[in-house]
Amino acid sequence: MWEYAPAPESRDIANLKPNYRMFVDGQFVEGGGEPLKTVNPGTEEVLAEVSTASTADVDKAVKAARRAYDRVWGRMPGAERAKYIFRIARLIQERARELAVLESLDNGKPIKESRDVDVPTAAAHFFYHAGWADKLAYAGLGPDPRPLGVAGQVIPWNFPLLMAAWKIAPALACGNTVVLKPAETTPLTALVLAEIIQQADLPPGVVNILPGAGDVGAAVVNHPDVNKVAFTGSTEVGKIIQRQLAGANKKITLELGGKAANIVFDDAPLDQAVEGIVNGIFFNQGHVCCAGSRLLVQESVADELLEKLRVRVSTLRVGDPLDKNTDIGAINSREQLAKIHELTASGEAEGAERWTSACPLPDKGFYFAPTVFSNVSQAMRIAREEIFGPVLSVLTFRTPDEAVAKANNTPYGLSAGIWTEKGSRILWAAQKMRAGVVWANTFNRFDPTAPFGGYQESGFGREGGRTGLEAYLDV
Amino acid sequence: MSERISVAKTYKLYIGGAFPRSESGRSYPVTDTKGAFLANAAQGSRKDARDAVAAARKAFPGWSGATAYNRGQVLYRVAEVLEGRREQFVAEVGAAEGVAVKKAQALVDAAIDRWVWYAGWTDKIATVLGASNPVAGPYFSFSVPEPTGVVAVLAPQQSSLLGLISVVAPVVAAGNTAVVVASQDRPLPAVTLSEVLATSDLPGGVVNVLTGRTAEIAPWLASHADVNALDLTGAPEALRADLEQSAAGTVKRVLRTRPSEDFTREPDLSRIRAFVESKTVWHPIGV
Repeated sequence: MWEYAPAPESRDIANLKPNYRMFVDGQFVEGGGEPLKTVNPGTEEVLAEVSTASTADVDKAVKAARRAYDRVWGRMPGAERAKYIFRIARLIQERARELAVLESLDNGKPIKESRDVDVPTAAAHFFYHAGWADKLAYAGLGPDPRPLGVAGQVIPWNFPLLMAAWKIAPALACGNTVVLKPAETTPLTALVLAEIIQQADLPPGVVNILPGAGDVGAAVVNHPDVNKVAFTGSTEVGKIIQRQLAGANKKITLELGGKAANIVFDDAPLDQAVEGIVNGIFFNQGHVCCAGSRLLVQESVADELLEKLRVRVSTLRVGDPLDKNTDIGAINSREQLAKIHELTASGEAEGAERWTSACPLPDKGFYFAPTVFSNVSQAMRIAREEIFGPVLSVLTFRTPDEAVAKANNTPYGLSAGIWTEKGSRILWAAQKMRAGVVWANTFNRFDPTAPFGGYQESGFGREGGRTGLEAYLDV
Repeated sequence: MSERISVAKTYKLYIGGAFPRSESGRSYPVTDTKGAFLANAAQGSRKDARDAVAAARKAFPGWSGATAYNRGQVLYRVAEVLEGRREQFVAEVGAAEGVAVKKAQALVDAAIDRWVWYAGWTDKIATVLGASNPVAGPYFSFSVPEPTGVVAVLAPQQSSLLGLISVVAPVVAAGNTAVVVASQDRPLPAVTLSEVLATSDLPGGVVNVLTGRTAEIAPWLASHADVNALDLTGAPEALRADLEQSAAGTVKRVLRTRPSEDFTREPDLSRIRAFVESKTVWHPIGV
């Protein structure tokens, strides 16, 4: 294969500071919780110390958000709210390079993804929702849609800035104020977003950002003065939140796990499909709730496709997230790496055939070579459980009906992929999928105008598009 | 000549298009608001609830896969048959709710009109709730609302027909199938409604009606893994939080409308929106 010279992005661009503080009522303040050390998963070095929130801080933040809602934001004309949100979008674009490098440092994702996907899409989400702020009456949700109040939001570590944007942008556009908890292992870009929000001169308390672990998240969603809870994360935690909020009369949206089927029919353009499969499971190290983690291939083309797939995956470069040539960066944490090891071991133990790329891995940091399991049966754990890593499980089918039955044989229902040249088959299969997002002859596309969210145990509520506004409105 | 003795009706459950008694063999007396005996109703059990869920699941592919036009016609046909039974419903609603004939007539008329309103929605939901998404790239992206699946509906306890129809019609108009727990103390109009459904063109299992103790049946539906959504409208206040907790076990969608909802008010789309999922489909554009 080709030789590449290292092409690292400079880490100085991230403007990394030794200490980060939480953002409450318009100010960066020391939190009462035990400070956490955030680690660069690519090198295992400590990046910075971050103060975390105590229960009292959560209460302070909710009070600030309530005040801001009652006195300023909830009653501000939509056209004025819009201009604040447009400012945020512009400031993200202006500081895009800094945010991208910081994201790759803190999260481990390759710089080409943070630069080309995470940061621009985050800016796009603010830009899109800014425009809605004064047009909500046209959203088809009734003549007088009203904000809900204070939104408590908890986001995951796989797309730290982008998930913050998905949560904050619609909340603000609809007139709510926000208390957001970023993930324990990836708090940094959310705190730079707080700086941006300060630079945009948003009224104090409209957005509050509280780093911390799961206990802070639990305190946020369970706070009695929070009106709306939005959570993105595992199905396991989503169920706990839904259970805890039973009877609380808070509006809830949950964006949870997935085990998406990526179906390749025998007439699919195989080279194109291979690119889509690779993107579907190896994008962002497979740390994607909608990852195409179950490949369903029609039996007659299975051998040919698997051969092409292995050749292609062998060319993927795993390593330094800041290197512009890196395809697969670092696994986000030691815990996640251990989980991937445990599940792949179960795949071998249950009799699936393992193939792992022979690519070199860095000595330090959390890395996992891209892995493809074939001869996988539906009962195996690697076919049922979300691995959340660069691991693909391959199953086969003979008839389209069998493909549909296998694809839908999961309590999840977040996404699905379809590969075929036949238009009528695309529409038929798309109709049959019990999943919230269906990609045909493509995979992992995201846009603020296109609603995203799951069926069944992948959660409820949508983010993006006109449909996504309902999550933040009293209608 | 003595006066003719009338033929009394046996009020049974409605599951999978059939009218079984409760497998438990139980029944309970139903009275009017003054306490006079009206009939014995079947007292549905856990097993009946599970049979109803199985019937609703079995009916789901056919009903959700039917064209919206077809669903609209079937539901409109239900309204036609409802109209034909108008006098019977007036008598039953009057007895169940203790209202005068005029008031009962108004309630029945509103209920039939409500059914017609929802019947007309079937082929408009996708237009109004769907979208073409102008994404920033060479892709065609569209979003369509699809039915959530099997919906367990706890019908309002007070409004025996208008309330019942106001909660059942949106569920099936959107393409879902339903397991309905009728008003505990006023179940007779619901049983008569199921006779209407059975003699319209509605496929068996699309709507299943259970009578009995709401507090006994509801927990089994809330925790059932094959139920996708739960309408709490008629849930006893003391049970609402528990039911929501059970529903979280399989991430069910929960509609938490309070029983105080005024069903004589003109409805909106919120009950349809509560039981549809949005599906977004993407395809590249290129030569």
